[in-house]
Amino acid sequence: MKRKEKTKKAVQVAIVGGGIIGTLTARELSRYELDVLLLEKEAEVGWGTTKANSGIVHAGIHEDPGTLKARYCFPGNQMFPKLCAELDVSFRQNGILVVALSPEEMDMVHMYYQRGLERGVPVRLLSREEVVAQEPNLNPEVVGAVFAPEGGAVMPFELAAAAMENAVANGAELMVDSPVLDAWVEDGKKYLETPTHIVEADVVINAAGLFADEIARMFGDDSFSILPRKGEEYLFDLELSGLVKSTIFPVPRSKVSKGVLVISTADGNVMIGPTSDDVEDKDDVATSYSGFERIFSETRQLVPGLDPRKIITQFAGVRAASDRGDFVIEFSATVPGLLHLAGIESPGLTAAPAIAADVPKMLEEHGLRLVPKRDFQPRREGVVRFRELSREEQDELIRKNPAFGRMVCRCETVTEAEIVDAIRRGARTLDGVKFRTRAGAGRCQSGFCQPVIMEILSRELGIPVEQVSKRGAGTEPVHYKAKELLAKGVS
Amino acid sequence: MRELLVDVAVIGGGPAGLAAALAAYKAGAGEVLIIERNHELGGILQQCIHHGFGLHRFKAELTGPEYAQRFINELQETEIRVLLETMVLEVTKERDIYAVNSREGMLKIKAKAIVLAMGCRERTRGALRIPGKRPAGIFSAGTAQRYINIDGYIPGRKAVILGSGDIGLIMARRLTLEGAKVEAVVEVLPYAAGLARNVVQCLEDFDIPLYLQSTVIEIHGDERLEAVTIAQVDETWKPIQGTEQRIECDTLLLSVGLIPENELSSGAGVELDPITNGPKVDDTLMTSIPGVFACGNVLHVHDLVDNVSKEAERAGGFAAHYALGQLSTPVKRVKVEAGENIRYVVPHMISLDKPVEFFLRVQRPQEDVLLDVGGLRQVKKPSVRPSEMLNITLTPEVLRKLEGDTLRVRIVSPEEVGADA
Amino acid sequence: MLKHITCTVCPLSCEITLEIGENNEILSLTGNKCARGKVYATKEHTAPERTLTTTVRIMGGVHPLLPVRTDQPIPKPKLREAMLATADLVVQAPVKMGDVIVENFLGLGVNLIASRDLDRAQ
Repeated sequence: MKRKEKTKKAVQVAIVGGGIIGTLTARELSRYELDVLLLEKEAEVGWGTTKANSGIVHAGIHEDPGTLKARYCFPGNQMFPKLCAELDVSFRQNGILVVALSPEEMDMVHMYYQRGLERGVPVRLLSREEVVAQEPNLNPEVVGAVFAPEGGAVMPFELAAAAMENAVANGAELMVDSPVLDAWVEDGKKYLETPTHIVEADVVINAAGLFADEIARMFGDDSFSILPRKGEEYLFDLELSGLVKSTIFPVPRSKVSKGVLVISTADGNVMIGPTSDDVEDKDDVATSYSGFERIFSETRQLVPGLDPRKIITQFAGVRAASDRGDFVIEFSATVPGLLHLAGIESPGLTAAPAIAADVPKMLEEHGLRLVPKRDFQPRREGVVRFRELSREEQDELIRKNPAFGRMVCRCETVTEAEIVDAIRRGARTLDGVKFRTRAGAGRCQSGFCQPVIMEILSRELGIPVEQVSKRGAGTEPVHYKAKELLAKGVS
Repeated sequence: MRELLVDVAVIGGGPAGLAAALAAYKAGAGEVLIIERNHELGGILQQCIHHGFGLHRFKAELTGPEYAQRFINELQETEIRVLLETMVLEVTKERDIYAVNSREGMLKIKAKAIVLAMGCRERTRGALRIPGKRPAGIFSAGTAQRYINIDGYIPGRKAVILGSGDIGLIMARRLTLEGAKVEAVVEVLPYAAGLARNVVQCLEDFDIPLYLQSTVIEIHGDERLEAVTIAQVDETWKPIQGTEQRIECDTLLLSVGLIPENELSSGAGVELDPITNGPKVDDTLMTSIPGVFACGNVLHVHDLVDNVSKEAERAGGFAAHYALGQLSTPVKRVKVEAGENIRYVVPHMISLDKPVEFFLRVQRPQEDVLLDVGGLRQVKKPSVRPSEMLNITLTPEVLRKLEGDTLRVRIVSPEEVGADA
Repeated sequence: MLKHITCTVCPLSCEITLEIGENNEILSLTGNKCARGKVYATKEHTAPERTLTTTVRIMGGVHPLLPVRTDQPIPKPKLREAMLATADLVVQAPVKMGDVIVENFLGLGVNLIASRDLDRAQ
């Protein structure tokens, strides 16, 4: 479509990027009488770096003092319980344990402990006996640890999707499949071009993750660069659920990474990773043999009982690290009304609620007038998790809605009603259903349920099964109807 | 919550469940119930539309649906109850079953005896950790088979198949017959894992290359599969540098192993054998939980459905006896041990007062050996392979001659045979 | 010219070697451990046959496809033609196992029959 054929749209605030930052920011801004539009390039929100994130809500003891990371991490951590309760998103406050395997490492542990005390982060120093009592499956050679009980785990996609749902319910607008192709300033207004629209905005919030530097550069701002850094993760069968209670950190060996962890996710799976490899390609989400070797050799030093035969899946994500080594949270010096929320690498997820909460203030300082909505509804309601209910409650539900009696995903106990609900809340793809409901995320990796979920998506979206996709156009699992390919005469 | 009281509850209405239910019924159990998650009986057989089933049992080469139909037809003449579209969520050690369906909600089924017949699931890409991104176009062979034979969709037009077990071979033919091009079947062993007849009729018939001692080491493609890289492997299955080969394709089928589906079993506290991934059973096919029996692929992965039916009839019959209070605890129990070159033997424990059919697999291929069962019986085997299950029946007369508390099953090598001869 | 055939009659899977003459006739046959192997290999060389199992479209049934089979083997070279012939077939539910879907399929004197009962959808 030519530029002049595209639909023109004028908004007050345009957010570029629907990751954890963009969606939480959209929600914050939806508290006010403001015209907010979020542009997301993928078929659903949260599918960039956010969905591959480890999901750890950090305690706030790792970050170097004086950084934006340190400024936002602990405040973000403190916001999680209320945020997740309001959005009805699972948050497991299972704590973080940084473990020393040698006396030298124990010095670092002491340093973290002190830092925690100084920052007001709840921390405890644990002796070897206490660590072993708390985590019996840890390497018995452990010397000691610092324990931060208010660290935890969340499912990052779930949080981003829920935040967006709530933002939309409160009046924000979402456009998916809308990458920003070009951007410019004209007569004091900023313009963003997508495949179908020209958006005119007073304020543009650059939350474009891996592509934030490219968005900035489109506007003529080259004040930072994104240095993509890949992380691989390996997920274990739920069977290993109790292996560790908290997320186990080693003492970090590099300035750049917190190390390779043994994670206890919000859903109770054990996960190991991530690696931290600089990559050229922002889309390099490939897992590798060497990635696994490095992750496994490091984590088995922490938890010797990790059995690689129980791994059910793996994935990789790319961190949007900035060349400043810190978050880039500032208005552009050269383009008025362009607010960067960029370079969001660890502890980005933890910091996100605090960053988002600061945005209204930043916009006001910029000159925007923010009038709070009287009817802002902070709560997301009505999400049902069948597997968490009692047998009586499950029975009740089925009588009210028979679709709860049709079990679709056996491995994760997900019903048709939940899948239909996820589609009504915005899931348009197999991954969208999976990330919202866990259907397909279990040990059989949708081997059994994928055809059923395809059929449900086809029915609910009114599209043929051949058009149902894994995660957007180009990722349709099945291409032909039976006999169609034969008639075409391929071989 | 609706409560049902039954004598024998069979979980799964595939070949194992069907045979077990019929046997329980014929053995006199009053209320026999099959609980099946699908909207029809037959289990996996309904998607196995190829022929070759029932050679031993029916002296015919039936298709999967034909084999299932025989049992379904017989079932229709009985008073066996069937709950379709009903998913079992939990089995307790007190033999309570919680199951759901849309019509009745949550059902609590109290059973005097339970037969576990849930079958198995397929090993996934995630379990193999094949490097690469996560493009669409990768399927386990069974899921692809379901799309093609039941739902009516063909995943892609150019396929590579990893694994030359029967499922992989069958799917190579199926895809070709439906108009796709199968570029290669890749097998990590030095020989095809499936039946020779399938190698002929599924690969040779269609000139599909078979790469032995090879595996897929990388997946290419972002949104859709574009190609795979295969490489040869050494004896430890590690890729050999320099042997890489890229094969363009849009579909990858994984036929890399079946895993008995025992989540319900372990939830109930049934003790599992880590080698078979199925329950440990005695010669009545009872698990470590009294009154809970297991048969078919949930117990151990079978090659022949005829054996599944045989095993299931045994389990169903004993389940009925148990429900009727007729199953007595044996006086003496003997442990069955997997000896030299035996990967596993089922059952794990026997009494000496009933005939027993042992099902077993060897650890590695060997030629001209003897299968030795506790020193009581020896059978010559010209060739043994892990992918071909062996079976051997011993009568109580023979079993009673056993000395000691352990019955050791082993493969006697040619050298030893020569020495004994 | 030598031709190698793996016999598939029994699990022994004997490797049979045929010596083929100028007119494609069998000059010699070795490697079989029983008479059935000789019969098999001879047939495989002179007139190989295969049972076709596939699906055809079915309307009004509980499934969109009906599994079918030829009730006798058909000549192996006819497989592709047979598949193309099934591509356009459409059957009506209900169907019983054994129902003849196509009589004298491809004029080969075999029938294409239903492999199962397939009921009408509710």
